[in-house]
Amino acid sequence: MNIMQPGPFKAANYKSDVTPVWCPGCGDFHVLLSLTKALAELGAAPENVALVSGIGCSSRIPAYTNCYGFHGVHGRSLALGAGLKVARPDLTVLVMSGDGDGFSIGGNHFLHACRRNIDMTYVVMDNRVYGMTKGQPSPTTEPDWDSALSPGGTGLSPFHPLVIALASGANFVAREFSGDIKGTTRTIVEAVRHPGFSFVEILSPCVTFRPDERAWKTQTHVASVEATDDPARAARRIMTDDGFNTGVLYRGRRKPYEHHVTDRIVDPAILEQEFAI
Amino acid sequence: MMPDKASNSASRSILFAIVGSGGAGALTAGAILLEAAGKAGWYGIMSRSVGPQIRGGEAAALVRLSTRPVDCMAETFDFLIAIDWRNADRFAAEMPLAANGLVIGDPANGDAPDAIVGTGVNQAHIAMKELAGSLPGGRENMIAAGLAVGLTGLPIENLTSVIASKLAGKGEEAIETGCKCVEIGSHHAGLLEKSFALETPAASQNGRWLITGNEAVGLGAVRGGIRFAAAYPITPATEVLEWLAPALTKVGGALVQAEDELASINMAIGASFGGRPSITATSGPGLALMVESLGLAAAAEVPIVVIDVMRGGPSTGIPTKSEQSDLNIAIYGCHGDAPHLVVAPLSVADCLFTAQWAVHLAEAMQTPAIVLSDQSLGQARVVIEQPADVAFIARRELFKDAGDEIYNRYAVTGSGVSPMALPGTTGGQYTADGLTHTVKGIPSSKNLDHREQLDKRYRKIADFDYGNHWAAIEHNGAAGTHEDFTILTWGSLTGAAREAMVTLADDGIGVRLVALRLIAPFLKDKFLAAVHGSQRILVVEQTHSGQFHQYLRANCDLPGEVRHFHRPGPQLIGPTEISTQIRNWRRS
Ligand SMILES: Cc1ncc(C[n+]2csc(CCOP(=O)(O)OP(=O)(O)O)c2C)c(N)n1
Ligand code: SF4
Repeated sequence: MNIMQPGPFKAANYKSDVTPVWCPGCGDFHVLLSLTKALAELGAAPENVALVSGIGCSSRIPAYTNCYGFHGVHGRSLALGAGLKVARPDLTVLVMSGDGDGFSIGGNHFLHACRRNIDMTYVVMDNRVYGMTKGQPSPTTEPDWDSALSPGGTGLSPFHPLVIALASGANFVAREFSGDIKGTTRTIVEAVRHPGFSFVEILSPCVTFRPDERAWKTQTHVASVEATDDPARAARRIMTDDGFNTGVLYRGRRKPYEHHVTDRIVDPAILEQEFAI
Repeated sequence: MMPDKASNSASRSILFAIVGSGGAGALTAGAILLEAAGKAGWYGIMSRSVGPQIRGGEAAALVRLSTRPVDCMAETFDFLIAIDWRNADRFAAEMPLAANGLVIGDPANGDAPDAIVGTGVNQAHIAMKELAGSLPGGRENMIAAGLAVGLTGLPIENLTSVIASKLAGKGEEAIETGCKCVEIGSHHAGLLEKSFALETPAASQNGRWLITGNEAVGLGAVRGGIRFAAAYPITPATEVLEWLAPALTKVGGALVQAEDELASINMAIGASFGGRPSITATSGPGLALMVESLGLAAAAEVPIVVIDVMRGGPSTGIPTKSEQSDLNIAIYGCHGDAPHLVVAPLSVADCLFTAQWAVHLAEAMQTPAIVLSDQSLGQARVVIEQPADVAFIARRELFKDAGDEIYNRYAVTGSGVSPMALPGTTGGQYTADGLTHTVKGIPSSKNLDHREQLDKRYRKIADFDYGNHWAAIEHNGAAGTHEDFTILTWGSLTGAAREAMVTLADDGIGVRLVALRLIAPFLKDKFLAAVHGSQRILVVEQTHSGQFHQYLRANCDLPGEVRHFHRPGPQLIGPTEISTQIRNWRRS
């Protein structure tokens, strides 16, 4: 992350006056609250933060903040964020997404963003459903979840974002529950501070299409173990836990992405010399 | 840029080919001959034809040299040198020889295949392999280059100086052997009693450049202010990206290799949102993947430049050959009404100007610009007069913090262009959005907001002053108005059309040329003024379905009688074909 002095900021400084489209009780409200608290704690001036998103209920979040935002097309938010961060390393860039946006249509970008390890934070509000399009199964939906589009369930085993992030090279991997404001805030702060690509999966209930997810409040629990820097250990833990452990699971030491930098910037006219004969 | 008179290149040029199997060095021979010709003061163009093998297949260097600038290949070859004949028949259709043309083969490889030797073509045998073998380290392709030197009258010292610089890393001995081979080849050409010698060149004024269309596009982009590129490789656009990678680093920019074109265009949009003029380059299949995000850039008003080096389509099509068939997707590909810019370079040299202009337009209007180059421009290497430095620099209207003023990112302005706040600017925070939005950028589905924003985006493109760069409008200076012909074309076929005009002028046939550099928006008033009074219009394009013709017809009523000459790639439409169309029409 960028060097920031704790500023005189409060969470309210990061809120815009735009009314969210979200359903009452949607977990994303809590994510918005945690996000603004985290930004205040980080002390980043709102104009130096950019929130980039795709399409979905969750992806609406940038406009509800007072930061710079980009609400792009479905599935491409990581690419937008990558371009922005490489062009403007001075900014704090967070990419905000949903499980459909991030793991289905944008799945390939997820793998490569982890590999590329650009210094930004990727927050996925995972509600295990397509909320915006009114209740279709997403890659993280249970195989037997019944819906109009996949009657009787998809029969497909769910995508495991944390393992995939780890296997693909993400430098920081964490899971949180939206209802745990304190934990989520703390983890976002840590994710932004950690160098390289930080991935935070936030279990954020869709109360409208997955009312059963209200139970996450009691199902989720803070992991009893410390984060590790050993990807193999982290993977084993993630693969064998009950899916409701929260907290930071992995802190890597990979060097963040750097593009070649020259110590001497030349005038474009110099480039023309190669063509002269 | 835009010469106001077509340059005479038809009569004082020669076209030859050097062919050989992979590793024989035919392409190297062609390249050094082109460079040497440039040093000698001639102009030239070289394209390459390669077989489907990834490495080591047959290859042909097609080289045209001229005393005047040349923008296209000619259609018939004066001579062909075959280092060997392996798979050479695959090239036969691409290299028709002139009636008095010459084919040189190595007796060790037997006679030229029937497909190559048309009726009346002269054949000669020169033992290139044996001659090269007489020198330790000698190579047949240098003997072939020497033959070309002898046949064209290219001063041998120009070639040996190119060899000396190319082989500098390989030591004195290699240079000496190379030069010796060239001398031997040249000597043997002298024994053939056949010559295609070009006139002695005029001295160069500002110095000459040797450049490909893909390099020129890259240079134009950097000159225009591009400092970020996102890349996914695709033939025939990869060289644009490979040229930009180190170049951008040198000027303090960056290139990121993306995982696909969905990512590359979005990386470019993200970087441009951050204030860096941004670009990506691709070909048809990649452009198809990009169109959704092109609409995003149009709606969110983020400038980007997309270079499309067109190849045969649809689908994977013919990756290594040219076509103009991405015109429709470039103009109409986006869903919704998404005004954007489509421009096309008119020659290899013009790739520089047009790319630079595209950056200027995109930045000024905060919208995507697609540059439709194609394989025939991008992968051709030319000797040109050093281009002038034009003063188009990316200039984006920016929001500057002015205290307590309320900022509306998408304010409805007279020009349609609204000052853009870059992240980091206090008081400028907004969310860029592809959803229909209010002036503040807040999502809206209201009639008025949708209408107002569509209007403003349309206005900024429709009302912009494109100056006289929108087209090349030329006349060949011959004949009276009663038999005035007009050639309407665009992009890469401009060179062939110009050359056709010159030969038609020799016959006293008056021809006007209107070649569009700005495809979209269509400047109806200017266009109608340019074609005003035309009695016979020939529309020329390299597509199967006539996309350009349909586009013109959709936008205006063409005056006079209209004929349409079009065909798909890979065989390029050439100058003689165009002039023949007009001659036949005149007779009918
Ligand atoms: C290219 C494209 N395909 C489909 C859609 C329709 N669509 C909008 S949101 C969405 C799914 C969003 O799901 P998720 O990312 O999980 O977000 P949620 O709404 O659940 O927060 C889909 C399929 C679209 N906008 N664009
Ligand atoms: S549909 Fe679900 S995810 Fe979308 S706003 Fe409502 S509760 Fe939230």
